[in-house]
Amino acid sequence: MSNDVDNSRRKFIAAGVAGTAGLVLAPGVTLLDMANARPAGEAASSTKRWGMLIDSTKCATGCNDCVTACGKENGVASTGHPETDPQWIRKIELKEVKSGKSHSLPMMCQHCAEPPCVDVCPTGASFKRADGIVLVDRHICIGCRYCMMACPYKARSFVHEEHDDQNPDVPRGKGCVESCTLCVHRVDKDMEPACVEACSAGNHGAMLFGDLNDANSEISKRIATYATTQVRADLALNTGVRYQGI
Amino acid sequence: MINPAKRRSVLGWLAAALSALLLAGVMPATADDEHGAHSGHKLIAKGDKCVRDEDYMRRNHMKILMHQRDETMRKGIRGSQDSLKNCIECHVNPKTNSVASSKEDFCMGCHSYAAVKLDCFECHSSKPKAPAVGMNPIVTPEQKSEGNDKQSSLSGKMRWQMQAKQASLNMGEGVK
Amino acid sequence: MSNDVFRKSKDGAFYFVLGVIGLVVLAGLGAAFYMEHYGHVVTGMTNQIVWGLPHVFAIFLIVAASGVLNVASIGSVFGKPVYKARGPLAGLLAIAMLAGGLMVLMLDLGRSDRLIIAMTYLNLKSVFALNVFLYTVFFTVVALYLWTMLDRKMHAYSKYVGFAAFIWRLALTTGTGAIFGFLVARQAYGTALLAPMFIIMSFSFGLAVFMIVQAVMYSWNDRVLDEVILHRLKNLLATFVAAVLYFTVVYHMTNLYFAKQTAFEHFILIDGGVYTNLFWFGQILLGTLAPLAILFHPGLSKRNGWIVTASMLVILGAFAQLYVLLIGGQAFPLSIFPSMVESSSFFDGQIHTYSPSLPEFLLGMGGIAAAALITAIAAKVLNFMPDDKHHTVSH
Repeated sequence: MSNDVDNSRRKFIAAGVAGTAGLVLAPGVTLLDMANARPAGEAASSTKRWGMLIDSTKCATGCNDCVTACGKENGVASTGHPETDPQWIRKIELKEVKSGKSHSLPMMCQHCAEPPCVDVCPTGASFKRADGIVLVDRHICIGCRYCMMACPYKARSFVHEEHDDQNPDVPRGKGCVESCTLCVHRVDKDMEPACVEACSAGNHGAMLFGDLNDANSEISKRIATYATTQVRADLALNTGVRYQGI
Repeated sequence: MINPAKRRSVLGWLAAALSALLLAGVMPATADDEHGAHSGHKLIAKGDKCVRDEDYMRRNHMKILMHQRDETMRKGIRGSQDSLKNCIECHVNPKTNSVASSKEDFCMGCHSYAAVKLDCFECHSSKPKAPAVGMNPIVTPEQKSEGNDKQSSLSGKMRWQMQAKQASLNMGEGVK
Repeated sequence: MSNDVFRKSKDGAFYFVLGVIGLVVLAGLGAAFYMEHYGHVVTGMTNQIVWGLPHVFAIFLIVAASGVLNVASIGSVFGKPVYKARGPLAGLLAIAMLAGGLMVLMLDLGRSDRLIIAMTYLNLKSVFALNVFLYTVFFTVVALYLWTMLDRKMHAYSKYVGFAAFIWRLALTTGTGAIFGFLVARQAYGTALLAPMFIIMSFSFGLAVFMIVQAVMYSWNDRVLDEVILHRLKNLLATFVAAVLYFTVVYHMTNLYFAKQTAFEHFILIDGGVYTNLFWFGQILLGTLAPLAILFHPGLSKRNGWIVTASMLVILGAFAQLYVLLIGGQAFPLSIFPSMVESSSFFDGQIHTYSPSLPEFLLGMGGIAAAALITAIAAKVLNFMPDDKHHTVSH
C-alpha cells in the first residue's frame, strides 16, 4: 500500500521535475529519471543496482559509436600499440559455428554482483560500489594484474604507458589496472553512460541503462518481458550487463 | 664490486617512492612543519578565501584530500568543496593552465621546495575543467571532447552545485 | 664458528664470484627501474599476456624455496640424521630463494613504489593477500628454525619449530598453487589439483636446487660427498620427479575428458607451437624422462657429475613447465561465448602472442642472483656446510 503511494508520489514528482527540466534543457539532452536523483552529499546506496541491457539484434556490425563515445568521455585513446592499449569497451563479432549466424555486440565490464576481480584483488583496490558499479581504486592499486587473470570477460586493461591528457573527471595513469566505470562520474550526476547516450543519439537504440532494483524501470520491465542472457551465465556471477538476442 | 652511481640511482628511486608514501599520509607530513618557510607562495586564480584557513591548509591539505578521495571513490560523494578538482579550479596558474606543470604552479611550487614527491597528477589531470560560467548547454560532440566539460545539462549542473554546497557545509569540519 | 666453507686461500675467487653475482642483481634492479620508468610497454607483456617471464622466475623461486625446506623437515620431523646435517643449508636456501622470488614479483608490479600499500591494505578474501601473510610468517618461522638448528642451546626446540615450518611450507605452496587454482576464468587454471601439484613440484624443484648448491659447496671445499648420502638424495629426487609426472598426466587427462577443455588441450599438446615444444621436449623429455633415466641408470647414478646434470635438467624442466602453465595458459584465448567464434580489435578468439623482453629476463635473473648472493654471504659468515660426522669418507 505505502509502496503504491510512494510510487504514485514518485511519478508525480517525476512528471513535475521532468516538466521543469524540459523547459530548461536543450533538445536532445536527456536526463535520467530525475526523481530518483541522489543528493550530492549522500553515498551511493544498495537500493539501486545499475545495469545495462544490450540488444544485439539492433547492434550493427561495423558500428563503433559506443566505443568512440567511451574513448572521448574517458580519454582512452589508441597510442598505436594495439596489444598494450587499454580498451574499456570493444565490439565483438560472433559467429555460431554450425549455422554461421552472426552477432555483433559491445563487450565491457559486466559489473558482476559477484565479481572475481574484487575477490582476488590483494589490496582491495578492486571493489564494488553499493550501487553495483565495479571500480578500481587507483590510489591503492599496486598493478599486480591478478584481476586481469581472474576476469572472464577480458574487461580489464593495464595501463602500460604514461598519459597526460586525462579528463579531469576520469583520472587514469601508468601502472594501474582499469576498466569500464559505467561512467560513474556521469551516473553520479544522473546522467547515462557515454556509450548508451551515443547509441541513442545515433538512433540505434541497442543500449539501455537503468536501475535493475527498480521494478518499474524500463530496463527491469524489458528484462521481465523478453528473454535476456548473462554472458558466461554458467559462472553465476550475476552480471549487471545483460544481453538480448544472442 | 657494486657500482656506486647505479646504487645511488636505485636508492634515489626508493627514496622517491618513500616520499610518495609520506605524501599519501601514511605518516604525518613533516616537510612543511618549518612553517612560514614557503608561506609567500600564493597562486589563486579566483575566489578570495580557501575552504579552510591558510595555515591549516598548509599543514593538512593532504588529509582533507585523502578523506575526500575515499568519499568520492568509494561512496560516490561528489562535488564537495574539498575535492581535488575544486582545489584546481581556484589555484590554477593562468599562464600554464595547470597546478603542477612547472615550479611556478601552485602545487609544485611548494612540493619542489619541500622536496616531497607528488604523484596525484600521474593519474589526475592538473588542469581545470573548461570555465562553466555562462556555458551554453547545447554542446556538440566535438566541443565536448575539446572543452573537457562532460556535463551536458546545465540544470543538472546547477542543481548539483547547490546540493554540493550544502553537503560540504555539513561535512565542513569532518576532517580533523 | 668454522670458516672452512670458503677457505682463506680462495678468498679472491670468492669475492670475484660474489662480484659477478652482485652485477647480475644490479642488472635486475636496473631492468626493474627501466620498466618502472617507461611502463610495461617496454616489456613483452600485454593486455593479453598479463603475467610474463618475471612471474615464471618468481614462481619457480617461491615454489623451490618452500620445497628446499623439505630437506630440513625430513631431518627434524622424521629424524633422519643425513638430512639433519643438511637442515641449516636447506633453511638458508629457503629464505634466500623466497626473498629472490618476492623481489622479482614486487619489482614487476605496475606500482612497485606502493609496497607499503601491498602490506597494509589486505583484502582477506584474496589468495594473493593470503600469500603475503604466508610469506611473512614463513620468513619468521624459518629464521627461528635456523636459530634452533645453529645454536646448540636451542637444539631442543628444533623438532617443534621444524614441525611448524613443515606445516607452514605446505600451506605456503598450497597458497601458491591456489593463486592459479582459484581462477575461474581461464581454462588452464581453476582446478584444486594445482595445489597438491604445486607441492609436489616444490619437492622436486627444491631438492634439485639443493643438490646443485650442495655439489658446488663440496667441490669448492675439495670435499667429497659420501656415496650413501648421494644415493639416498638421488633416489628421493627421482621419486619426486616421477610424482610431478604423475600429476601432469592426471591434469591433462582430466582436461581431455571434458569436451569444453579439449580445444585448450589440443593447443598445449599438439599445435601450440612454442608451448607444445616446451611441454614435450622441455618438460617431459629433458625435464622428466632424461633425469629419471640418469638417476636410475646403474652406472651414471653413482657419479656425482651426472647427478648434478640430472638436477639441472629437472630445473630446466621446471622452467619449461611453469612457462607452459603460465604463459601457455594465458596464450589460449578466453572463451567468452562458448560455441561461437569470436573476433574483435582486442584479440578475442585468437591465440595471443608473447615475446619475452630482455628487461624481463634480467629481472628474473636478478631474483636468482639475489638468492645466490644471500646464500653465498651467509655461507661465508656462518657455517652452513653439511656436517656428516658419522658419514664423511674424507676431510
